[in-house]
Amino acid sequence: MNDNGSVANLSGRQMRLVIVGHVDHGKSTLVGRLLSDTGSLPEGKLDFIKDICERQGKAFEFAFLLDALEEEQDQGITIDTSQIFFKTLKRHYVIIDAPGHKEFLKNMVTGAANAESALLLIDAYEGVQEQSRRHGYILKLLGLTQVAVVVNKMDLVDYDPEVFFKIKSEYTDFLKSIGVEAREFIPVSAKKGVNIAKRENEMPWYKGPSVLEMLDQFEESVPPSHLPFRFPVQDVYKFDERRIIAGRVEAGRLKVGDRLIFSPSNKKSVVKSIEAWSVAEQPTEAKSAESIGFTLQEQIFVERGDIASRVDEMPIVSTTFDVNLFWMGKRHLEKGRSYTLKLTTQEVPCEVIEFKKVIDASTLETLSNQDFVAKNDVAELTLKTRKPVAFDLFGVSATTGRFVMVDDYDVCGGGIITTYTPSNKEDKLRDEVRYRNFNWVKSNIESDERAYRNGHRAAFILISGDSGVGKADLARHLEEKLFKLNFQSYLLDRRNVGLGVAADIAPEDSKGTAGETVRRFGEVSKLFLDAGHVVISTSNAFNQDQDADIRLLAEPHPVVDILITDEAHPNREAAVVLTLKEAKNQAEAAQKVYHYLKDQKILTGHNYSI
Amino acid sequence: MDHLDDLENQSIFILREAYKNFKNLAMLWSIGKDSTVLVWLARKAFFGHCPIPLVHIDTSYKIPAMIEYRDKVAKEWGLNLIVGQNKKALDEGMNHTMGRMVCCEALKTQGLATIMEDKGYTGLILGIRRDEEGTRAKERYFSPRDKNFEWNFKDQPPELWDQFKTKFKDGTHIRIHPILHWTELNVWEYIQREKIPIIDLYFAIEEGKRYRSLGCAPCTGSIDSKAKNVDEIVEELKHHTTTSERSGRAQDQEDTYAMQKLRAKGYM
Ligand SMILES: Nc1nc2c(ncn2[C@@H]2O[C@H](COP(=O)(O)OP(=O)(O)O)[C@@H](O)[C@H]2O)c(=O)[nH]1
Repeated sequence: MNDNGSVANLSGRQMRLVIVGHVDHGKSTLVGRLLSDTGSLPEGKLDFIKDICERQGKAFEFAFLLDALEEEQDQGITIDTSQIFFKTLKRHYVIIDAPGHKEFLKNMVTGAANAESALLLIDAYEGVQEQSRRHGYILKLLGLTQVAVVVNKMDLVDYDPEVFFKIKSEYTDFLKSIGVEAREFIPVSAKKGVNIAKRENEMPWYKGPSVLEMLDQFEESVPPSHLPFRFPVQDVYKFDERRIIAGRVEAGRLKVGDRLIFSPSNKKSVVKSIEAWSVAEQPTEAKSAESIGFTLQEQIFVERGDIASRVDEMPIVSTTFDVNLFWMGKRHLEKGRSYTLKLTTQEVPCEVIEFKKVIDASTLETLSNQDFVAKNDVAELTLKTRKPVAFDLFGVSATTGRFVMVDDYDVCGGGIITTYTPSNKEDKLRDEVRYRNFNWVKSNIESDERAYRNGHRAAFILISGDSGVGKADLARHLEEKLFKLNFQSYLLDRRNVGLGVAADIAPEDSKGTAGETVRRFGEVSKLFLDAGHVVISTSNAFNQDQDADIRLLAEPHPVVDILITDEAHPNREAAVVLTLKEAKNQAEAAQKVYHYLKDQKILTGHNYSI
Repeated sequence: MDHLDDLENQSIFILREAYKNFKNLAMLWSIGKDSTVLVWLARKAFFGHCPIPLVHIDTSYKIPAMIEYRDKVAKEWGLNLIVGQNKKALDEGMNHTMGRMVCCEALKTQGLATIMEDKGYTGLILGIRRDEEGTRAKERYFSPRDKNFEWNFKDQPPELWDQFKTKFKDGTHIRIHPILHWTELNVWEYIQREKIPIIDLYFAIEEGKRYRSLGCAPCTGSIDSKAKNVDEIVEELKHHTTTSERSGRAQDQEDTYAMQKLRAKGYM
């Protein structure tokens, strides 16, 4: 609002305040009152509006003052979030005006998500209503817990303490049930200006602060620089010779020289420089809430969505987790439909796999056995994403523990991650791999040094196809070819692992132990990969599940899939596809694989002669 | 971190989201202080580069010094400048005497629509701010427009936790407002801190008058002011101003709802 005069021209930081509550409980009136009682209205503005009211034959309402839009005034409801400024002796405030009409929950959410503190209004005459509860719940889900409850229109109940204390007790119980404690309950009359700026005589029984006094007691929120470092990659820039990883520090601090791990890809590198343009001095540190960019010592592949952290403070990586969510979509949230989960800069398809509890947010009633979430309701549920995502629990690190859900094109839900338990096999294995990678005892020789001497990077080559298509022959041929070219190739046959390392467990086909055999095979491969070898192995077409485990265990080394098939549309993705006929000619087939490995810069060539 | 750092960090985040999510993107550069700050922020976001083309709509009625300044800065900063003009309307003699809203609609809105279509831009970055006037207070950072550039302010996407609406039905245009949360004073304080070279029409060079907002010559009035440089403007805004920033702009006064009507039609 340009025209709230000199106060719009505030210098310095402002506390962001949101005012919520049921429709007609007096939000606009309170805002108008705050403006006029703090002297934040431009001269003549109040009279101007009063004048218009008179001409239109309407009683003056503070709400009119706030209605900037023609349509709004016609409908008599405030439509959207806007910014209104005022100041006290202590500091500046900006009110993010969040109206209470039910239709506009998404606007309330937009406003409240950006606020640091909230006033929740309850009409003394009407008492606790639908939106009083719903808004309370949503403030909690948004992580906005600095809340004071304002019991308005006390003039309508003759400033009766009994009415006030009844509402206070009822609403305190409600807040307690969702784990929130209000900072204060303040009885006021916004219309008459009682207990807004200063405490008045009408209610001598009330000893607490006025609304403005309360506001001045709220604390400014500070960026979470004390938490473990979290940096979701926004983009990678190569505008000049620098390759800059760009993003915003969501938590913690960063220094040049820090060793980082990127989740979920598990790639590691060291921060070489922090980049900035038009600054007196190149920065050597960055902290929470700063939009920055840095370069790395090694050129690892990093992309949007990866979350950088320190190696000893990694986020969780999983495909399944429990959340609390509110839904604003026109269409119900249902099982079996695919949604897009947006969490930091990650974007993945997801679906609901279990509705634990669906709640009518206006009554807090549990809707038992309900397998959908309707508009404006909240729920506790389990989500499953198509690819692993990196995150924290909301209670641990809020900025990386919250997400929105997109249905088609629209943001329809928001939520926080409450719990994660590695319950399925995949999660357990992934956790194990991350634990192993983190605790891995390192030698003095870096993998780059090995690659330099070997003339290739470590890689796992997996040749698959139906039985009898010549997988094993090709594998042997390839091993030999690479060996003769002075590369460190090694054919790792599953049967050999079964004969030794896994000799103590039953054969693969007996259910239940197959996973353990695969795990051991994968771990053995990992040792060879760590030693810098090109490991070659074969797999049956029906082993895709096991192959996924192997892929996980081989991380961060690449797994190259070679598929032998005559099918035009094989149901398996591969880097190189060979027909049965091509595979028969082993020399040529091996040559094809060899070229692929060169193209992918897995085989880089020797830089010296032996 | 002070409040200018907060504002800058948020704007850079938004610019990077825009650049990552939308391919055919342009930035509107009116030569005024806000969009020049925006260009500056882009260079910060992209480490000295501005990978997004800048569109300037030349109504032909701009103050000549603006064009000079534009070309000089574009060259110095290595900007990819695209100038658009509604030649047809100008040939037919369009000017402000035909009604200011009619003129703005033809030369600015139509001029912009034409160049967006010619170049295939589907997104536009603009330097508007919430505190400019009532309708702008309702804006989102990422704000969709339909094919006809119409803005449905009653049904806007929610924006929370910096997750913006980045997917749209075909034919939707997106407007992105990286400095939506700044105030006029913030803009000047930032210009002061960063020493951004701003066009001198904003300064009261002579006669105690200066422009507070820049538009076309016939429709932009100056205000009384003695502020001769950025420091003095900052002081002036901190202590004296009670009138609206756009008070010098004729089209705003023509009709109480002029801005809203213009904006619903796609005016910037
Ligand atoms: N008697 C009385 N009426 C009030 C008070 N506060 C607001 N109202 C009236 O309640 C109605 C709704 O108020 P409004 O501020 O528009 O509510 P909103 O929908 O929450 O913004 C209006 O008619 C106000 O005049 C109050 O403290 N006392």
